[in-house]
Amino acid sequence: MARALITMPKSARLGEIIEVRALVQHAMETGYRRDSDGSMLQRDLIRRFSCSFAEAVRSDGTRAAPGTRVVFAATLHAAIAANPYFSFYFRAEKSGTLIFLWEGDNGFAHREQATLMVNA
Amino acid sequence: MAANTAIARRTALRAAAGAALMFALRPVNAAIATAPILGELAFAYAGPKATLREARVKLDITPLVENGNSVPVTISVDSPMTANEHVVGIALFSEKNPQNDVALFALTPLSGRAQVSTRIRLATSQQLMAVAKMNDGSCWSHTVEVVVTTASCVEE
Repeated sequence: MARALITMPKSARLGEIIEVRALVQHAMETGYRRDSDGSMLQRDLIRRFSCSFAEAVRSDGTRAAPGTRVVFAATLHAAIAANPYFSFYFRAEKSGTLIFLWEGDNGFAHREQATLMVNA
Repeated sequence: MAANTAIARRTALRAAAGAALMFALRPVNAAIATAPILGELAFAYAGPKATLREARVKLDITPLVENGNSVPVTISVDSPMTANEHVVGIALFSEKNPQNDVALFALTPLSGRAQVSTRIRLATSQQLMAVAKMNDGSCWSHTVEVVVTTASCVEE
């Protein structure tokens, strides 16, 4: 199981733009390298990263906006360094959950989430 | 998905690129002569009808890279990131890596600020180009030249 690290504030003021940093443990094997025997190492990359926002459920059990909305996404190629790291920004307008998803070769998939409390 | 579209478009455009290249390769205020492959990639990403200008985007990377295995880069775009005016995508291309595509980022008004940082691999000294696509279809670019002393080797 991969390990991932999300760094972002737990709470923000209404309208504040916060930095979100996401890092996941992964070798990002390019498919261009050889091992000590000279045989090609098989490509093993994370191909896609996305961060989506789901608004918090209100006290009456409904959501202001159902479903999730994409905040940031990335398509990765071999030139992304091992243990892919991304820093991006998010405009805090509603309390809710940020959902982080990494997908890649050999069925790699990892999901993380972090909640954000927005104070009016 | 976005990458597939970009690649398909690039393939289709390659035939027409000869003529197009002459146009794409003439940035207005270019500090350096842009490598032909980067001009071609940027034009393919921007699309046949888009304007491509060298402004508004800043590709921040150290000009002298000691270790090509992990090089921090930051791309920022001058945009208010509102629903009416925002960056929809940023493409990062390398001139001399085994693959020219480095990364493709998708942004939305929820992003709040058009700035992205990551760490990349560089095979050798070369040019890098960031192209930002706005929601109105206009495209903006920035090309930088980096010197790599210890490459991210293919045979390491």
